[in-house]
Amino acid sequence: MGLSSFALTDRVAIVTGAGQGIGRGIALGLAEAGADIVAAELEPSRAEQTAAEIRSRGRKALVVPADVRIASQVDNVVRRTLAEFGRIDVLVNNAGGLLGIVGPLLETKEEDWDRGITLNLKSVFLCCKAVGKVMAAQKKGVIINISSVAGMGAYTPAPHYGVAKAGVINLTQTLAMELAPLGIRVNAIAPGTVATALVEELFRTRPELREKRLKSIPMGRLGRPEDIAAAVVYLASDASDYVTGEVLAVKGGLPFVG
Amino acid sequence: MIDLSHRVSIVTGGGRGIGRTIALRLAEQGATVVVNDLAGSADAPKVVEEIEAKGRQAAFIPGDISVAEEASAVVERAVSTFGKVDILVNNAGITRDNLAIRMSDQDWDRVLSINLKGAFYCSRAVLRHMIRQRWGRLISIASIVGIVGNAGQANYAASKGGLIAMTKTLAQEVASRGVTANAVAPGFIETEMTQKLSPNVQEGLLKRIPLGYFGSVEDVANAVAFLASEEARYITGHVLNVNGGMAMI
Repeated sequence: MGLSSFALTDRVAIVTGAGQGIGRGIALGLAEAGADIVAAELEPSRAEQTAAEIRSRGRKALVVPADVRIASQVDNVVRRTLAEFGRIDVLVNNAGGLLGIVGPLLETKEEDWDRGITLNLKSVFLCCKAVGKVMAAQKKGVIINISSVAGMGAYTPAPHYGVAKAGVINLTQTLAMELAPLGIRVNAIAPGTVATALVEELFRTRPELREKRLKSIPMGRLGRPEDIAAAVVYLASDASDYVTGEVLAVKGGLPFVG
Repeated sequence: MIDLSHRVSIVTGGGRGIGRTIALRLAEQGATVVVNDLAGSADAPKVVEEIEAKGRQAAFIPGDISVAEEASAVVERAVSTFGKVDILVNNAGITRDNLAIRMSDQDWDRVLSINLKGAFYCSRAVLRHMIRQRWGRLISIASIVGIVGNAGQANYAASKGGLIAMTKTLAQEVASRGVTANAVAPGFIETEMTQKLSPNVQEGLLKRIPLGYFGSVEDVANAVAFLASEEARYITGHVLNVNGGMAMI
């Protein structure tokens, strides 16, 4: 169905954190559009469920256990992907989370800050670097980083997260400049509040946020993983050939957070 | 993805250039297309023929959208012809370039009237229908110039910047009604205009584009098709940059 320029037939896509939430939705969305998926996941058992669903749609799926905060494990994802598929067409850096670290900046412990930045920003650097080198050699590829509306302005509920996600946007644009001469595109997606385990965790810690957040979203509902997946498919496809360094906000009209 | 069958769209300025390609792309994705352009346009009926040759429905509904009554009449004729309007693409636009100190009142007014006021008139007229059916897509073709400015285009840049602000405002007004409002901001797109530039000027422009080439009208049409789709339902108030990395905002 639809235009061939939106199709991802036989593309090879790595999705980090593909076991649950937005990552799972992205992996399924890419597979639906025709891609084969490498699910890089901290919890391989979770990713196996996603992989089974992908295979039931007639696409290939490879689960590679990986902690994307550790360079050697990221390198292993690249090695396994190349061994299995011979190339990498799409990288989606989705893995991330709040780690239960919420509260004001002045109350944030140094080690918590480091943990948040490592999970949400350094992991993106490591994956972009390892996969970017492969794509540079191929002179072909698309990278999509999942930032957040939390990275587009002050984010008081969890400052480490907002700062890391803002860093992801800057990293995206810098890498887009670096790789543009090779025809490799790098874009970010900034989801608003998506109904996932991560958000449920935040709402559990700060119940008053749920009502406040719903009121602040002009569309009046939380996002769904498939809403984010649609944006990923567009940015991964040839339909977005002239789009790079873009931060595509998928947030139901949410003007800002804070 | 991007199945627009059963959708009725209006593309203003659909006879030529980017508008023509958008009209054809929406039709390829299954939509019925109202091609709007000025009365007497020789191009618009050809676009309708091309769409009909693809087995889709289309109609040329002429009208000067910078005149409120004509913009409303275009929308009402579209509704009476095809039963509804689901997608409006505010594409009609002109340039009248000059340095501000030499810009005439007429050139300022003409550009603002067509590019911005016309988009408002059309949006206002379709919104009534979209809100009632609780589904709609407003997509305005802005420009990178509306974000970063451009010497010699005070009128054009103001109109495109205005379109962006209007888009964000309309998005907030109608979000709860299942209607999204977004803009596409093209950078330099390969058109008759860029082809007319001297090789020196072309080279200078290309140096400012990280991807190193002018975009195609297809790139813009694809962005419009994506935003028009059911799948893009949670994207509203966004300005989608299609500029080869020329301005990362």
